[in-house]
Amino acid sequence: MITTQRILTPEMVAQIEALAPRYPNRRALTLPALHIVNDCLRYVPFEAVVEVAQLLGLAPAEVQDTLSFYQFFPQDKPSGRTRAWVCRSVSCALRGGEEILDHICHAAGIDPYGTTTDGALTVEPAECLGACDFAPCMLAGKTLHKNLTKESAEAFVRDARSPAGIPS
Amino acid sequence: MTTFQPVLLEAVGVAGSHTLASYRSRGGYAPLERMLKEKQPVDVIELVKSSGLRGRGGAGFPTGLKWTFLPKDHPGPIYLCINADESEPGTFNNRILMEDDPHQVIEGIILSAYATRATTAYLYLRYEYPQCWDRLQGAIDEAYAAGLLGKNIQGSGFSLDLYLHRGAAAYICGEETGLIESLEGKRAWPRIKPPFPAIEGLFRKPTVVNNIETMACVAQIARRGVEWFRSIGVPSDPNNPRDPGSYGPKLYCLSGHVERPGCYEAPLGITARQLIDGQGGGVWKGRKAKAVIPGGISMGLMTEAELDTPLDFAGPGKVGCLGLGTAAVVVIDETVSIVDFLHNSCRFFAHESCGQCTPCREGTAWSLRMLERIRAGKGRLKDLDLLAEIGNTMGMMPGSTICGLADGAAWPIKNAIKKFRGEFEDYIKRTNPSGWMVTDPVPALPIVGAH
Repeated sequence: MITTQRILTPEMVAQIEALAPRYPNRRALTLPALHIVNDCLRYVPFEAVVEVAQLLGLAPAEVQDTLSFYQFFPQDKPSGRTRAWVCRSVSCALRGGEEILDHICHAAGIDPYGTTTDGALTVEPAECLGACDFAPCMLAGKTLHKNLTKESAEAFVRDARSPAGIPS
Repeated sequence: MTTFQPVLLEAVGVAGSHTLASYRSRGGYAPLERMLKEKQPVDVIELVKSSGLRGRGGAGFPTGLKWTFLPKDHPGPIYLCINADESEPGTFNNRILMEDDPHQVIEGIILSAYATRATTAYLYLRYEYPQCWDRLQGAIDEAYAAGLLGKNIQGSGFSLDLYLHRGAAAYICGEETGLIESLEGKRAWPRIKPPFPAIEGLFRKPTVVNNIETMACVAQIARRGVEWFRSIGVPSDPNNPRDPGSYGPKLYCLSGHVERPGCYEAPLGITARQLIDGQGGGVWKGRKAKAVIPGGISMGLMTEAELDTPLDFAGPGKVGCLGLGTAAVVVIDETVSIVDFLHNSCRFFAHESCGQCTPCREGTAWSLRMLERIRAGKGRLKDLDLLAEIGNTMGMMPGSTICGLADGAAWPIKNAIKKFRGEFEDYIKRTNPSGWMVTDPVPALPIVGAH
């Protein structure tokens, strides 16, 4: 059966269209549109790519080309309710960032880039988060976690996986 | 040394410093209002030119001179892009400016737009700075409500719209033409230059791309004047007519193995040792520094003996580093293996190479694979020559790539191999006692993922 269910909701379309007057052409809306979809769905499935392309008057391949370049938007399945980026660049690595990444993954029972089975938490290595004054650090949703220790990292995983979760 | 009174960071730590009321109470926006009334755009360009301000994003190009490259009498639109894709490892000065004093940045943006006759400005903010996004959006809303942005600003007839544009976690978007391509909705592949953005940039129109700290400096030059700005820093070398000097205050980001990591404002030309021992409280745990990154990882490495190098635009180059870069000083203490450091650096650049130019795409990935092999105890002395060869052949300077990312990848390799060759040789001989002398080709290793 062919499904006609649309991925982009009228709210998402309205959010995208609200940005249109900012740019002289619609292609420039590509990245803002992908962010809006990803903020709502925590991923950007291929169907959404096609719909974004239709909305912006582009070929789906053009949108997919841009999307795939950034390696930022998951496409197969949504990322966890909390998406955490653990910094592994030089300033954090010097203060134990890589060990923190290993520790968080171990505590969550996943590999880097993996999502816990309950869908609560995705952990990804990140390049410099620009918070080297608080190394080692992690960005989880919109929250910067500073000066991480094994204890605070474990507490973070527990909170993220608790029924209440972490508000993003 | 007398303590330097911070100017750009004046408001850091002050409660409510991000609000319009706080910025106004510190004298903010008054210079803008005066300039809009009394000065022509060309006067503002002249002001910034005579101040000697050089771009704070990394390349150090004179800001006023960059503005003069715009075509005269262009029917428009002219665009101003603000580069807040601060992704160079070790760098966070722009984050602090945006979080704690966004109006200082916005005043600089309005002045710069007025000077360049831009009527639309896009602030390209990296995804990793959600708090900056909220603070900037709040400040922009306040500025619109106060008639500082929008149509006919303060009755001057000058109009400016300022929009935030969110990046998606790619280092290459900090390269100015990569940023432009990304803003246009494409993959962020840097463009071949010429044409330079001033002639054909965003949406094929004349465009200026400036850094956040540069904007803050413009606001302070308008407030405090050229004489003040030129009284700080290092004057141009009288024996080198091409040296534009290093004037003004600079935000130095200090991180890694220091007691007090943080962002410190100091006159350009402070030495790495003064910064580490003074503001930074010394190398942590009473240890000694093995190496120090002078300005973001792509600038290479200074040894302990080179720490008295002044951190101005000309200083780090004198000890074989690429330059001042973003002035992000990262201290690496004596317990760190330089092999591990170089592996971290190579992994970063292999991940962040955009893949457009073959020497960079292959060179960064190849150097990472070699470092992984060395760390796995299968290194050979020949690898060091190969690494040095990769370092010498990829980049804009050898002329094999479009942008400077590969030069940034090459410098840590070249500096590490040259300045710490003995440590590499010892490591390889120790970890691969039976094979370090082999020179046969090695089997291919798995391809690493790249961006």
